Amino acid sequence: MLSRTADHLYWMARYIERAENVARMLDVNYRMSMVPQAEGGIDAGWGATLSITGLEDAFRAKHSAATMESVLEFMVFDGTNPSSIMSCLRMARENAHAVRGTITSEMWETTNDTWLKMRDYPRWKLAGSEIGEFFEWVKFRSHLSRGVTLGTMLRDEAFHFIRLGTFLERADATARFIDVKYHMLVDGAAPPDTAADYYQWSALLRSVSAFEVYRKVYRDLITPVKVAELLILNDQMPRSLRTSMVEVFENLNALSNYRSSETERRAGELQASLKFGRIEDVFARGLHEYLTQFIVRVIDLGNRVSEDFLVPMSSS
Amino acid sequence: MANPSSIYDEMNSADGTVRSHYAGYKKWLAETPPERIAQKRAEADLVFHRVGITFAVYGEESGKERLIPFDIVPRIIPAQEWKQLAAGLRQRVKALNMFLNDVYHDQEIIKAGHVPAEQILSNSQYRPEMQGVDVPGGIYAHIAGVDVVRAGAGEFYVLEDNLRVPSGVSYMLEDRRMMMRLFPELFSRYRVAPVEHYPDMLLTNLRAVAPAGVIDPTVVVLTPGAYNSAYFEHAFLAQQMGVELVEGQDLFVRDEHLYMRTTQGPQRVDVIYRRIDDDFLDPLAFRPDSMLGVPGLLQVYRDGHVTLANAIGTGVADDKSIYPYVPDMIRFYLGEEPLLNNVPTFMCRKPDDLAYVLSHLDELVVKETHGAGGYGMLIGPRATKEEIERFRQLIIDTPDRYIAQPTLALSACPTFVDAGIAPRHIDLRPFVLSGKDINMVPGGLTRVALREGSLVVNSSQGGGTKDTWILEI
Repeated sequence: MLSRTADHLYWMARYIERAENVARMLDVNYRMSMVPQAEGGIDAGWGATLSITGLEDAFRAKHSAATMESVLEFMVFDGTNPSSIMSCLRMARENAHAVRGTITSEMWETTNDTWLKMRDYPRWKLAGSEIGEFFEWVKFRSHLSRGVTLGTMLRDEAFHFIRLGTFLERADATARFIDVKYHMLVDGAAPPDTAADYYQWSALLRSVSAFEVYRKVYRDLITPVKVAELLILNDQMPRSLRTSMVEVFENLNALSNYRSSETERRAGELQASLKFGRIEDVFARGLHEYLTQFIVRVIDLGNRVSEDFLVPMSSS
Repeated sequence: MANPSSIYDEMNSADGTVRSHYAGYKKWLAETPPERIAQKRAEADLVFHRVGITFAVYGEESGKERLIPFDIVPRIIPAQEWKQLAAGLRQRVKALNMFLNDVYHDQEIIKAGHVPAEQILSNSQYRPEMQGVDVPGGIYAHIAGVDVVRAGAGEFYVLEDNLRVPSGVSYMLEDRRMMMRLFPELFSRYRVAPVEHYPDMLLTNLRAVAPAGVIDPTVVVLTPGAYNSAYFEHAFLAQQMGVELVEGQDLFVRDEHLYMRTTQGPQRVDVIYRRIDDDFLDPLAFRPDSMLGVPGLLQVYRDGHVTLANAIGTGVADDKSIYPYVPDMIRFYLGEEPLLNNVPTFMCRKPDDLAYVLSHLDELVVKETHGAGGYGMLIGPRATKEEIERFRQLIIDTPDRYIAQPTLALSACPTFVDAGIAPRHIDLRPFVLSGKDINMVPGGLTRVALREGSLVVNSSQGGGTKDTWILEI
């Protein structure tokens, strides 16, 4: 397969997954903002969302304060913000357009249709109570896109590049998400074991579609350590770091080429550390430090994938 | 200008009776409820939109895509007529390839005095870089899209030969697919010759012209990219042939060969079906500002390590200033009389012709010799006084750049328009493939000028398309 084609497929998948994760992140804030909390807690939540994306400076250049309205405008509709849902879905569509001969017509039509609907999405809907509906819609379109991939694509190289993009993006996003939200909740407003505390943790779980999962896995009260364990180490939870890295590793194996062995080794090492890791050790080392290190390794893998397969720097 | 009653109607003869090959269709049309037709037309629009069979229009808001209107009344050609037309096309394309081979080698046709040397050698489409270069099989125009019209009492004329990067074949294929989807019952009533195997035929043809000694050639389609007006077609053909669709940035030259960058490392490329004009192919040899091409490609090509289809420099044979000489080429190279008519052409560079043209501008069609796509053209009988005067000045300033032809009364085919069904002017572009042999699928792309009385069928100027049926009996 052409390196450029693989590049488009990989980034198409990453942008779709990114749009979904931005929606999930905004959704958890929205849910938390409905839970009673200390003064300033709500706006602090919206500010934290920006710190996840590393876009605080770009945001400050346009908006004076991080409020629900300003953050939503910036992270949903602002076409100049490369991480806004609008930009992600546009980039997904542009990448798909460039390889429409390689993807199935169903995939192309799904991606194209998502973009057309997003472009024309009525903005007033985000001002009112229908905001939750919008996040659901973004997630639904992402589910649809993955479903169409699984249901129509030949299990060839193209498929594996799409999956690789999806799970590298998810590993990165989930890690950032846990990092920021966990610390907000643990260091934050609500005293432990209160109703507010419970609602905040459950909002976090719901935003990664893990609330029911938690109940099934632990049949227990919601505790911060178990939430972290579920999102980092659980092998059945589809958005956990472990599941994401297992998928990254397997898809990389399927794509293996004459110079990717070191990249495969690093991916294998990372997924093994999640497979055999214990949550006690994660906390003993410090969750924040652990996640920071994880994110660095995921970024390194992304760079190596580009170098090995996608857009080579030299022609040899 | 011919009056409307003298225009050849594809469905109905002059006395008002239906032509025999259209009888079955006309009956079916009369029996089919208008609501069903309307519903099917809406369905066609919807499908074309969703699948994204669109084209970008130059000069409009960038990236804007439009549908080419599709008309559901097919253009039907009886088997016998097609047989004659096909024989004429083979003859013509064969002679044009021999002409190109001659131009870039011994130039016998110039020596024999049939075409003036300066007409060829000072032509901007002549590529001195190709002089003396041997191409596989001596084939230059592997894909020709010859524009044919019917005029007068129904005889065929060739309007243009289109030997560079002719487009439109994807619409031919999609139109057929659409007709079979909308009206399957018609295909059980009529024995319509299939066209679906065109991509296979094209691939076989491209593989047949690979550089000597290559056993299992790698073929690619080279596109300028996703923002080109014909990108849909480039992607479509690559997908249908099962080959890579590449851009210039995907290719590079190393050790005198051409490679593409793949996820498994560099891979040799043997045949390029290029959909980029000569000027943009190689920034080292042609336009240095081209980002679309591959530096060093020309040298690899001249060394015979890669085949380009079509070859570089084919424009010298389909230029409008060379067109008048095609009948002579057929006689010169093949020793045969041309089977297809040429439109009588006045060359403004000749003083006598120029004088005639200037005094008959209101009757003639004036074309730029290098123009294409229906741009830069004057249709005298339909032009305003101002347009005529503007062209008069242009022709006087640069007579070399213009030719003129009598306005042909193009045939018309019944077509759905706002007011119902009415005759609209049509042309036909069959696609002629040259490799080891000359092949074509029966038919081609029928374009229709949707505006009443209009003679311009180009999609960029409001033209639509129709499915073209060549009957097998």
